[in-house]
Amino acid sequence: MSAEVEGHRGSRILGGTDARYAAIATLSTLVVLGGLTALVVTSPGWPSVKEKFFNRQEFQYWFSDVAHAFVANVQVFLIAEVLILIWALTIAVIRGLPGPVFFPLRVLAVIYTDVFRGIPTILVVYLLGFGVPALQLSGVPSSERFWGTVALVLVYSAYVAEVYRAGIDSVHPSQEAAARSLGLSRWQSLRHVIIPQAVRRVIPPLLNDFIGLQKDTALLSVIGVVEVFRQAELGQAADFNYTPLVIAAVLFIAITIPQARFTDWLIERDRRRQLAGGGTG
Amino acid sequence: MSSQPALICEGVRKAFGKLEVLRGIDLELAEHEVVCLIGASGSGKSTLLRCIDLLEPIDAGRIVVAGRDITGRGVNTNQVRRDIGIVFQGFNLFPHMSVMGNVTLAPRKVMGLSRSQAEAEAMELLNRFGLADKRDEYPDRLSGGQQHRVAIVRALATHPQLMLLDEVTSALDPELVAEVLNVIRELAEGGMTMLIATHEMGFARDIARRVCFLDEGVLLEQGPPEQICSSPREERTQQFLERIIAAGRM
Repeated sequence: MSAEVEGHRGSRILGGTDARYAAIATLSTLVVLGGLTALVVTSPGWPSVKEKFFNRQEFQYWFSDVAHAFVANVQVFLIAEVLILIWALTIAVIRGLPGPVFFPLRVLAVIYTDVFRGIPTILVVYLLGFGVPALQLSGVPSSERFWGTVALVLVYSAYVAEVYRAGIDSVHPSQEAAARSLGLSRWQSLRHVIIPQAVRRVIPPLLNDFIGLQKDTALLSVIGVVEVFRQAELGQAADFNYTPLVIAAVLFIAITIPQARFTDWLIERDRRRQLAGGGTG
Repeated sequence: MSSQPALICEGVRKAFGKLEVLRGIDLELAEHEVVCLIGASGSGKSTLLRCIDLLEPIDAGRIVVAGRDITGRGVNTNQVRRDIGIVFQGFNLFPHMSVMGNVTLAPRKVMGLSRSQAEAEAMELLNRFGLADKRDEYPDRLSGGQQHRVAIVRALATHPQLMLLDEVTSALDPELVAEVLNVIRELAEGGMTMLIATHEMGFARDIARRVCFLDEGVLLEQGPPEQICSSPREERTQQFLERIIAAGRM
């Protein structure tokens, strides 16, 4: 991918080879895709796979049910994303607190990120989703969907906290010195000078983590939350046909691909801005 | 009140690990006095300025600003920093804020001014330094000289009694140096007390009543610029000046 982009840029610099580049790229793509398609379609099992996975009638029959269940996934990841942005930033800030007084808090933050990055997400979902409601504590929600969302927030915050931390570390210490020299407190420097710059720099990796999170909402199916994967499974079991699962896959792809392209666009824009910034002054 | 020194450093020591950067600095600035610190790279000029602004804790000694011991216990360091303006070698403007944002941050967040009050005051300063039309620009769109003036205006916005300037010309193209020096000269004429670390001996001679030569963390020699330049007592000062002349910075 990157080699391709490099090559393209190279041809731009040389000039006049754009059309030839496009022609070769198209031809090569057609050959590769055509070859792969031919390989699949001519395989001995293709007719039954087509029937079981890419069945038009099944697709039309199940699409609205599966799409409807997908709304639950969207709700879960939207709520989780807001909470993750806040909670992960809290962890990252705690981890950066200076001085011996905050040593215990820093240790807790490190343990938190280590533990939640270490346990497979599906286990956290399972343990929280079944474990906490089983405690039968009064006043504590017992809904699986609630605890499943909490599990995703806990796990993904550990990753996003590290992303934030990298961003905070990437802001040069001279920025904090400048803020402090004006009389801003440590917290005010962080709030107005360090974090705004850090967040801007980590938006692409942050979106990347969010794409991972969105796919992992399907894990809530293991604790019985009716969401897209669960609904697709029900459809599959009813008709002994896998097409509903393909519908779920298509839905996930439909929302994640635009985000991936958006992330690429952001990265490219930052890169260009940096190049332009280097030229001025 | 007015006879009280603006700044007193007494036996200021600072080490980074085993490296002793300041080895007992004694320095006094009268009110409205402009003093230049000269010395080779690594002689401790920047560190001294950072210590005075409490950006580095000192290991021993005492720093008194306008009669107040700022290195003692129970000092509100944020208040002290607000009362001392510093312009860094690389200016350290906030790249995510416009010129106006840079200048009004401290007045709004530290001094509690409303946005409109802070902006009105900032506009006055920006006007004075010829930056009024740049208020909405971001730092990376400004020339080095303009960035330097924004850094000065940002430091002035909290009404400091003392300004510290750290090698403000070293990051600039030679043709911008004159512009910057004019601005500093204007500040000096306005009566600002200033301690300036510089390599520009010509400028030091021009603007400062007194020049202090710092060598390996020791204030080796000080006096009127003419005397330091023409007849330095210390051999190290002579050597430094010869190197400066050879580099065409005199």
